[in-house]
Amino acid sequence: MATTDAIAALQERFPELHFEARPLVVYADGRASDQLWVRVPVERLLEVMGFLYDDPRTRFEQLSDLTAVDYLNYPGATDRFAVIYALLSLTHNHRLWVKVFVNDPDPTVPSVTSIWRGAEWPEREVYDMFGIRFTDHPDLRRILMPQNFTDHPLRKDYPLTGKGEREAFEVVTRESA
Amino acid sequence: MELKRTVELTNVHTGGADFAVTRFDHLMDALKRHGINWARRHSLWPMPFATACCGIELMATGASRYDIARFGAEAMRFSPRQCDLLIVAGRVVMKMMPVLQKIYLQMTEPKWVISMGACASSGGVFDTYAVIQGIDQFMPVDVYVPGCPPRPETLLEGLMRIQQIVAEDGVKTSRERGRGLRIVVSPPAGRVELGPGFVGAERGTASSDIHR
Repeated sequence: MATTDAIAALQERFPELHFEARPLVVYADGRASDQLWVRVPVERLLEVMGFLYDDPRTRFEQLSDLTAVDYLNYPGATDRFAVIYALLSLTHNHRLWVKVFVNDPDPTVPSVTSIWRGAEWPEREVYDMFGIRFTDHPDLRRILMPQNFTDHPLRKDYPLTGKGEREAFEVVTRESA
Repeated sequence: MELKRTVELTNVHTGGADFAVTRFDHLMDALKRHGINWARRHSLWPMPFATACCGIELMATGASRYDIARFGAEAMRFSPRQCDLLIVAGRVVMKMMPVLQKIYLQMTEPKWVISMGACASSGGVFDTYAVIQGIDQFMPVDVYVPGCPPRPETLLEGLMRIQQIVAEDGVKTSRERGRGLRIVVSPPAGRVELGPGFVGAERGTASSDIHR
């Protein structure tokens, strides 16, 4: 079964939603990747993900990656953040990318840890780097930055060299040693 | 001091006390000045703080071809309590800086610090929110070893500068030495013999290009 069959099954199950399958990459010469992505509204995410995991026509057993993009000042972008789920079906050997778009001031996405347990750490990383909260996450703490860090460094409005956090250390001298 | 007092007491009745004490003091002074520092500089115990690719060069320096044991510094210990030379090899990020400071504070006196490579000395190319732009902002550094990463010869050059420092003022504690000497070593000038295993060494041109 190809990814298009999985998307057709998804459309059949959710007729009220419109799943437009788009190629993940389009090259300058017009060639397009055969990897497809669909947009899912954030309030229906858990339903759609549960269907993609369970249904015998889709069977996406593996969440191979979970990441996010900040579309601030991106040409033509309508939403600020996208949370991206990379799904892989080991049964059918097909892949599908699911994108969920959320906005300021409080970007919140339901956690998919109830479906894929391995989503716990990637969701913590997305929370740490982008400040997107995941509801019903078992342990939503920072995973890379120190716990007392206040910003979310991969947001586009965060300066590359930081806001002085890397200079704010106690100085150890020969005298104090 | 205990010894000296014993000598004085035993020589009180012989009449040669002054002579004996003077000779003994002289001997002790010479021993302190040359003997202890000589022993100390030829048995430095490095604390390898290797966080990036400089650590690989540090390992190469410890391995057989470059052989840091020639300088008596082969006993690398991973406990700061047993070390007196901190080699910071690699970039240090925000989460690691308090750890590095604690390791420095835990090392026994007298102690020295080598900042190895561009990242530890200045942050290198990693001018980002997480990477410390030079560990010398937050802790004392005695010798900087430039390079990205430095070749083992350059690190050994830095080690020899540390030995020189030890020879000159080794018994002073770091409290008496102020904020570090901040010496920058340079890589060896001219061609370095790499030995028969290296093709570049036989051709001559390639190896000298590497060491510019």
